[in-house]
Amino acid sequence: MKVVIPSQLRGYTGGAKEVEAAGATLAEALADLDRQFPGFRFRVIDEQDRVRQHILIFVGGERCEDVRDKIPEGAEVFIAGALSGG
Amino acid sequence: MPHQLYIATRKGIWIATSTDREQWSLWGPAFLGTQCHHVMLDPRDRKTLLAASRQWHLGPTVFRSLDGGATWKEAATPPQFPKGDVRERAVDHVFWLTPGHASEPGVWYAGTSPKGLFKSVDHGVTWAPISGFNDHPEQHKWVGSDKDQTPDGGKLHSIIVDAKDPKRLYLSMSGGGTFTSPDGGESWKPLNSGVAMDFAPPKPDGSEYEYGHDPHCMVQSPVAPDRFWQQNHCGFYRMDRPSEKWVRVGKNMPAEIGDIGFGVVPHPREADTAWVFPMDGGGDWPRTPIGGKPAVYMTRDAGASWQRQDEGFPKEQAWWTVKRQAMCADRGTPAGLYFGTTNGELWGTVDEGASYRCLFRHLPHIFSVTYGEPA
Repeated sequence: MKVVIPSQLRGYTGGAKEVEAAGATLAEALADLDRQFPGFRFRVIDEQDRVRQHILIFVGGERCEDVRDKIPEGAEVFIAGALSGG
Repeated sequence: MPHQLYIATRKGIWIATSTDREQWSLWGPAFLGTQCHHVMLDPRDRKTLLAASRQWHLGPTVFRSLDGGATWKEAATPPQFPKGDVRERAVDHVFWLTPGHASEPGVWYAGTSPKGLFKSVDHGVTWAPISGFNDHPEQHKWVGSDKDQTPDGGKLHSIIVDAKDPKRLYLSMSGGGTFTSPDGGESWKPLNSGVAMDFAPPKPDGSEYEYGHDPHCMVQSPVAPDRFWQQNHCGFYRMDRPSEKWVRVGKNMPAEIGDIGFGVVPHPREADTAWVFPMDGGGDWPRTPIGGKPAVYMTRDAGASWQRQDEGFPKEQAWWTVKRQAMCADRGTPAGLYFGTTNGELWGTVDEGASYRCLFRHLPHIFSVTYGEPA
């Protein structure tokens, strides 16, 4: 699947705005991303498997808050940093 | 040997360097845009730099540099509570870093928000929770409720490894109080006797609260390891071990100044000498210099008397806040003292406070300033 990477996480992907990942669930996709880009997962998901407060994850255009959610065939994963203010 | 000041801010890290403590150059930023609560040079190898970092959107981590900050590598396992923690705790940010004992190279300790204690034995590459503290059956009482925390989350800070005994640990929590362990963190007991708790009613039986206090910063004298200083939300204290009683030496401060503040710095060679930066703890607790007139106060007699130091500071309309990690001393003769303000100014003295000057301004909100002498 294609994963869209926000600017805050491109330090992990060598600057890439989009990367490929494999997995039937969001948890599996994040595990694959962490294998490719060590440290990536913990910056997005906390140690209790919760999506971090200022991170949004969309799977196939739908907000996803549970790493156990399945990723439909052909769906894109879109990760965004979401925080306003200075 | 260069002198360096490691400046951690709300939006990145800067390093100030000098060979003579007069001319300073500023390097940075590293991690621009990222909250960095603490940066410290390992005094044992004088090479390893650790930085506690929390990018605004992302989770907390620790970075390590072996080349003076030019390049950084993230911890392979940052501080984190165990998955499945019964209290569902997750580290929000790493707040405090302490190098281990001189006899234990590679050991570091970290304090987090929410309050947790973590240890690394490999120079900060991997971190593990100290279960003896984090999972102590009373710990949930010690750390208090949501009403016992600082605005951006409670803090575990002031981790001290006794210079005389690597197994003897101390730590403080805002709020929660001060605790000590004789066995490397397996067992703990409160160490708050003598400390005021003005935000709680007196106990009906007249006894003291065992914990729940609000220490802002605690330090051990580098020259007399039995001597501890504590700047608390409710006063300034000294303890001389093996006593377990804090003495409120802040009562000897001028009444119009009071003894409220965040940081405290012990002198590098004189056990009876320390500096504090008093701030206004009256009314709405502005936490700014009293009357907008900044001053450091220094004692040379263990807190029996205090001298005002304000030469070089603005004489009015200066509403600085100096946070608990943002004051430090060097090891020079005479000693230098440095501090950073929340409005991004770095100030210093190289004559023990006889006169101060602004070294740099226009930085982001400064969280911490630490001193090191890189090899």
